[in-house]
Amino acid sequence: MRRRPGRRRRARRPAAVFARPPVLALLAALLASATAGAQVVPYTIVADGIPEPLGGAAGDPARGRAIVADRQKGLCILCHSGPFPELRFMGTLAPDLAGAGARWSTAQLRLRIVDAARLNPDTIMPAYHRTDGLARVAPAWRDRPILDAAGIEDVVAYLETLR
Amino acid sequence: MIRRRGAALALLLALATVATRVEAQDTRRSGFMFMSPGTQAMQRDDMENPGMLAVLDGAELWAKPAGTSGRSCADCHGGGAEAMRGVAARYPAFDATRGEAIDLAGRILQCRAERQGDAPPPRESRTLLALTAFVAHRARGMPVAPDADPRMTPVVEAGRALWHKRLGQLDLSCAQCHDDNAGQKLASAPIPEAHPTGYPIYRLEWQTTGSLQRRIRGCLTGVRAEPFAYGADEYIALEAFLMERARGMEIETPGVRP
Ligand code: HEC
Ligand code: HEC
Ligand code: HEC
Repeated sequence: MRRRPGRRRRARRPAAVFARPPVLALLAALLASATAGAQVVPYTIVADGIPEPLGGAAGDPARGRAIVADRQKGLCILCHSGPFPELRFMGTLAPDLAGAGARWSTAQLRLRIVDAARLNPDTIMPAYHRTDGLARVAPAWRDRPILDAAGIEDVVAYLETLR
Repeated sequence: MIRRRGAALALLLALATVATRVEAQDTRRSGFMFMSPGTQAMQRDDMENPGMLAVLDGAELWAKPAGTSGRSCADCHGGGAEAMRGVAARYPAFDATRGEAIDLAGRILQCRAERQGDAPPPRESRTLLALTAFVAHRARGMPVAPDADPRMTPVVEAGRALWHKRLGQLDLSCAQCHDDNAGQKLASAPIPEAHPTGYPIYRLEWQTTGSLQRRIRGCLTGVRAEPFAYGADEYIALEAFLMERARGMEIETPGVRP
């Protein structure tokens, strides 16, 4: 909790569509055209997972590891511990990430990161790829997900290696 | 009749025993308890506690005439050790004249402007923090005893609602960390129970003294929420709720925090 909102991350995708009800989608489209910032891409949930990669492309596990281990970017280790011998401090609010790739399918991991509240409405784990249903988001973060589609895929690719 | 009264008395006694037992089991812990022994020692020793500098500055300001009135706080409130004794333990309180809740710093600003006739210092200014620390220090060791005015109830309830509201890009409520996960570690930081008993505090990370509002602001920024403006009703409501939640705990101003 010692960080300030950082700079806006550079958008990896020029245009964005909103995977939410039509009115919101329209609003998001308007916002996107105004700021070229919104980055939430559409996805389809099947059972308890998202089978298809967000944006279509596969992620890179090395980039994913860097995101997960970064307190400002992934924020994961604020809550989780994991196989990161180089880190001195990790959180105790959530399960150890070691073995996550064996416990969950790729589709399940993807939904867990995209919108954990879909699996557990009371979860404290933030939705990494959702911008609606949030209150009082600081201007620097408004209308942008914590991770864009490529970031989600990188993290999922990394988690898959944790067997 | 007598027998019935006897039974009622017995019941009352039984209830009283239960009440004391509940009190004996008070598990609330000040942020002090979550600190390293070194930081605890720093708070305990007035010669080491950097928050005492603000208290001492405040004592000087207390006796110094200011504004068009040419009067000092002490001129009206007294210069002795008893002045302002325990007052801070009751704030935020209901201000009948304004018809709204006011926090301790707000009360001091009010006296500065309306009674001394001076431009009120800004929130988080050294002057205001010093005066607030001085007044709050005069409640040190005393139990938190919130204002009993029934008009404070809706304020406390508004604070409680905010406490439970998920905020910011991380979509977390105060309660999810400070009620549900107190004692756990957020990366390196132990999550305290967020009791407001040490304020204004000297925070090592800030390297200066700051208010409860500044501390809460830090948590709002942490969940990537837009902080409220200093002095906002939301902070006063949160503080009123936190004081109610800390009822009976000891004021420890000036607290030291990591
Ligand atoms: C604010 C705390 C928090 C943050 C930040 C967080 N998580 Fe979680 N996560 C949890 C909690 C708590 C659970 C346990 C299940 C639940 O409550 O939903 C969990 C569960 C999980 C699980 C399933 C665990 C298992 O194997 O059973 C995975 C995988 C996961 N998180 C990955 C991540 C990744 C990757 C990130 C960062 C991109 C992250 N989490 C960020 C709190 C958090
Ligand atoms: C993600 C978890 C989290 C959330 C959400 C959170 N806080 Fe905190 N809070 C912390 C941590 C961690 C600390 C201790 C920081 C440190 O030691 O550096 C803290 C410290 C505090 C303190 C200082 C307590 C003391 O002993 O002096 C107060 C007061 C506080 N928080 C209030 C709030 C309020 C009010 C909210 C909601 C608006 C809130 N917090 C939301 C994690 C959180
Ligand atoms: C001209 C006289 C006067 C001066 C000077 C003055 N005050 Fe006051 N102050 C009052 C009065 C009268 C009240 C009671 C107001 C009420 O109850 O509505 C009061 C109330 C207060 C209270 C609330 C007390 C309580 O029990 O709730 C605080 C705190 C306070 N003053 C602090 C200060 C400080 C600090 C200064 C100097 C910066 C100061 N005052 C200067 C007259 C003064």
